[in-house]
Amino acid sequence: MPENNIENNDAAGRGLDPEARGREAAVREVRDTADTPAGSHQKDIGGPSAGLMMEHFVADATTTPVAETDSRSAEGAPVSLWRDAWRQLRKKPTFIIAALLILLVIVVALLPQLFWTENPSAASTQCLLENSNGKASAGHPMGFTAQGCDVYSRVIAGTRASLMVGLLTTIGVVVIGGLIGALAGYFGGWIDGVLARLGDVFFALPLILGALVVMQLPFFKAHRGVWTLVVVLVLFGWPQIARIMRGAVVEVRNADYVVSARSLGVSSLGILMRHIIPNAMAPVIVIATISLGTFIVAESTLSYLGIGLPPSMMSWGNDISDAKDAFRSNPMPVFWPGLALSLTVLSFIMLGDALRDALDPKARKK
Amino acid sequence: MAWYLVKRLLQLIPVFLGATLLVYFLVFMTPGDPLDALCGDKGCTPGVAAALTEQYHLGDPFFVQYFSYIGGLLTGDLGVNFSGREISDVLAGAFPATVRLAIIALIFEAIFGITFGLYAGLKKGGWFDSTVLVVSLVVIAVPIFVLGFVMQYFVGVKWGLAKPTVSGAADWSDLILPGIVLGLVSFAQVLRLTRTAVAENASADYVRTATAKGLTRGRVVRVHILRNSMIPVATFLGMDLGALMGGAIVTEGIFNVPGIGNQLYKALTLGDAPMVVSVVSVMVIIFCVANLLVDLLYAWLDPRIRYA
Repeated sequence: MPENNIENNDAAGRGLDPEARGREAAVREVRDTADTPAGSHQKDIGGPSAGLMMEHFVADATTTPVAETDSRSAEGAPVSLWRDAWRQLRKKPTFIIAALLILLVIVVALLPQLFWTENPSAASTQCLLENSNGKASAGHPMGFTAQGCDVYSRVIAGTRASLMVGLLTTIGVVVIGGLIGALAGYFGGWIDGVLARLGDVFFALPLILGALVVMQLPFFKAHRGVWTLVVVLVLFGWPQIARIMRGAVVEVRNADYVVSARSLGVSSLGILMRHIIPNAMAPVIVIATISLGTFIVAESTLSYLGIGLPPSMMSWGNDISDAKDAFRSNPMPVFWPGLALSLTVLSFIMLGDALRDALDPKARKK
Repeated sequence: MAWYLVKRLLQLIPVFLGATLLVYFLVFMTPGDPLDALCGDKGCTPGVAAALTEQYHLGDPFFVQYFSYIGGLLTGDLGVNFSGREISDVLAGAFPATVRLAIIALIFEAIFGITFGLYAGLKKGGWFDSTVLVVSLVVIAVPIFVLGFVMQYFVGVKWGLAKPTVSGAADWSDLILPGIVLGLVSFAQVLRLTRTAVAENASADYVRTATAKGLTRGRVVRVHILRNSMIPVATFLGMDLGALMGGAIVTEGIFNVPGIGNQLYKALTLGDAPMVVSVVSVMVIIFCVANLLVDLLYAWLDPRIRYA
């Protein structure tokens, strides 16, 4: 057991190994023989009862002040990237505000009935034309649309569609872009070349333009809804994540732990899934969080242009689109969905920003 | 340098072909009769259908159709749109307004974004920096159509500082407000990019050396900090041209600018597929060329980059 020689030279038994506490008995045993010439303590020290009854000729490590500095606890050990990031995040006001806002948006999307004063899509709810473009009043804090509908309830009801498109698109982009980027970065060579060119082709078409073209195809026109919109946004959104994933994979591809896994005979797929992708996730998650905001904007922009979600579906983009013609006489039905939209997007961008700072220790230094 | 230029131009070809092929494929080759896509909701009369079949070589194999289309695109013959006008004429008429709009937006975002970002980055952590960071996030988060309406309402209608809509001539002075709206989101992004790069470079060794050897602060900031911080900003500005094209659809709609975006929007609502394909193809070309120019700009910004 050559490692005991090292501990033997270290009178306080400073364990370089965080798990050394478990071996305390063995260390005490070694310490007992410290005055004998080095190399002479070849006796077995691994027995369960070994050393327990030995007398100590130095103060026990637990009773000296050295123990304080030498003690190692799991909390003091170097923490993982994510735990470290979480510690940073907890203290950041922007992160807390963004997280609370996102939580609120999620709750509104899941349980709109807790918030609205009336279900705007229920048969019992009638938009009265006598209220057309009406000002805010009791029970209707945001006024009325040109059709006489309650703006507040519509804003609440529109949350779900926008959030769903943003969330589903982000998941799709991370899965597809992440996979393509990881394959390109890990295998390199011609696979990388082909996938990079493919990404360039989709990247050359700006998101909105590409989506405009696809959304007016007969099939997509006939099946307008959350899912078709998600498919279209994923189609033109994946190259960005793929590029980032590829870069991150190339960076860790030749790291020691990957080389050792490979020499231990782990398959390519196993290495990719178990070692490379988890270690390349940090930048992808940052960009994905920020993109979630951009996808919500893209959805509302397409809906605003009249080719996003179908008009029958309640969404912020559709509401703004409906209200835009009466904007100069009654700006409020544009303003409130716009505010909800902007706040949601803002909180996702703020969250991504805070995550970036927390996950990149280099950027943290003053 | 010349060799690099040739190489980059050659690399553009597959990207351009791929992107146009993609658009072409999407419009003409999706399941169902391509005439359905071409004719939109209302359907074509038999005469129009025959003319379209003739025009797009719909009887030929797919790649023959595609390459005859690309050939037409490169020689400036884009065919006719639904109202029978030459698409190249429509584009030529609409382009000047969009180009002016994009130039105003680019100049606005470059000048203000870099100036504000430089100042914020040099005083990282100061009150100006903190304020600007929050404001820029808010600007990024507000969708361009909300921004457009708000600016039009306040600046154009309530305060009367600028014309709320654009006249038919679309002069430079008409386009200032729409140009600023179009450039606002990118302005915030340029600002943040510059700020991060400047803050990083301000503590670099070569900046300390430059200060130590007695250069004036102005020269250190201009030549050593700013120039070294410009590469990510230049990359962004090049890529942003594509986003500006997309944003132009919305901005031109709000301010009634008679430009490409407006034509594209009209074509979309009419289901005028030939027009849509042409406009998008032209935009892809512009986007690719802009990125090439940015690549060439790198050498001027950072002499360490050599083209081989």
